[in-house]
Amino acid sequence: MEEGYATEIMATVSQLGSRERNDHLKARIGIDRMGHRVRPGLYALGSPTRSSPVLVTANYSLSFDALRSALPGRNAWILALDTKGINVWCAAGKGTFGTEELLKAVQATDLASKVDGRTLILPQLGAPGVSAHQVRKGCDFKVEYGPVRAEDLPAYLDTGECTEEMRTVRFKLKDRLVLAPVEVRNYRWLMVLMILAAVFVPFYGPLVLALTLGGIFLFPALLPRLPGKDLSLRGMVLGGLLVTPFALYQLLFWSGGFVIAAVAAEYMLMIAWLGYIGLNFTGSTTFTSRTGVRREIFAYIPWIAGMALLGGALSVVTLALYAGWL
Amino acid sequence: MDIGMLEMQPPEKGAAINTLVFRPGRCTNCGMCLKVCPHRVFAPGERRVKMARADLCMECGACQMNCPSGAIAVDSGVGCAAAIIKAALRGKDEVVCGEECCR
Repeated sequence: MEEGYATEIMATVSQLGSRERNDHLKARIGIDRMGHRVRPGLYALGSPTRSSPVLVTANYSLSFDALRSALPGRNAWILALDTKGINVWCAAGKGTFGTEELLKAVQATDLASKVDGRTLILPQLGAPGVSAHQVRKGCDFKVEYGPVRAEDLPAYLDTGECTEEMRTVRFKLKDRLVLAPVEVRNYRWLMVLMILAAVFVPFYGPLVLALTLGGIFLFPALLPRLPGKDLSLRGMVLGGLLVTPFALYQLLFWSGGFVIAAVAAEYMLMIAWLGYIGLNFTGSTTFTSRTGVRREIFAYIPWIAGMALLGGALSVVTLALYAGWL
Repeated sequence: MDIGMLEMQPPEKGAAINTLVFRPGRCTNCGMCLKVCPHRVFAPGERRVKMARADLCMECGACQMNCPSGAIAVDSGVGCAAAIIKAALRGKDEVVCGEECCR
């Protein structure tokens, strides 16, 4: 794909097809993570006139497609900033969806000569990177912040206003679960090992795989129901809960002095592992602050590492007891 | 070892873990913070806005960026856990997104 802003107006439509669905699926799984981009520049959605609204977005294909697919039957201009294929909110946090880039895009596309209106409608989540009053100083356009979600754009365009609901981020079940496949991808080699282990190593293989999948899928799903304020602690609680049926099975059906040590080792290792998965999730939520994330990481890493070490030591003891060395 | 567990124990509601500072004296009641905050931290007031739910602040920095009178300060950042963990382990600054980060 060509680099930089297109100087010509590009055409786009609201309807998404199989090509887009394929691209979105890959993006959700994390394949070619930085490659889900559209060319930055000015797009004509439908057949906009000189007085049609100008909507600004990122050049991440998921962001761009969410915007255009939310506007069936409408005509608008879409200005896609060059955020290097990063979504609006993350790019705003880094500043690539920012005042400077916006001014650059307005200039590069010669927007002022193509539209009569002098208002740029930005997604609200672009605000961490854009200073509306600085944009005003830097060009003829003024910034209006539209709703958080593209789906609310038709209502906003019709009324010119956002409700409190439209201005608030949420983190519902679907918003949380959609993040899970990328986690699978992040742990992909570990997952391959775990699946092999689940097939070839009796009891422990399935245990580790079940707990890991529990951490990846059940943790985000059950997040609001798990006790504790910190996400690591909630992960630890889930780890403890999920390992319990395995432990009960062992205590009931296995015999030998090693069983107690084995159960203790499992608890330590799995609580540490799910605590770690929970800790990582702090970066994915829509509510944790950077100060909070940092505090949690520095507070929990020693505990997680300590429990993992203790679990490792207990595993050695278990093995020794099982083999009759002790 | 850090005694983080104790520090965390009473998760009292509204324990603010953020760096948000509001200087009401500078507020001109323009209302931009009301628009940009994704967690409804600010509430409208008669002569100036009110910082109604400071504990919900996630330090995105939108209010600070868009406050024309400099009445809001917050140490903002992306807060990517993977980046902070890497930074903590390597003792380097956080690098967020792109070639240096998630792949």
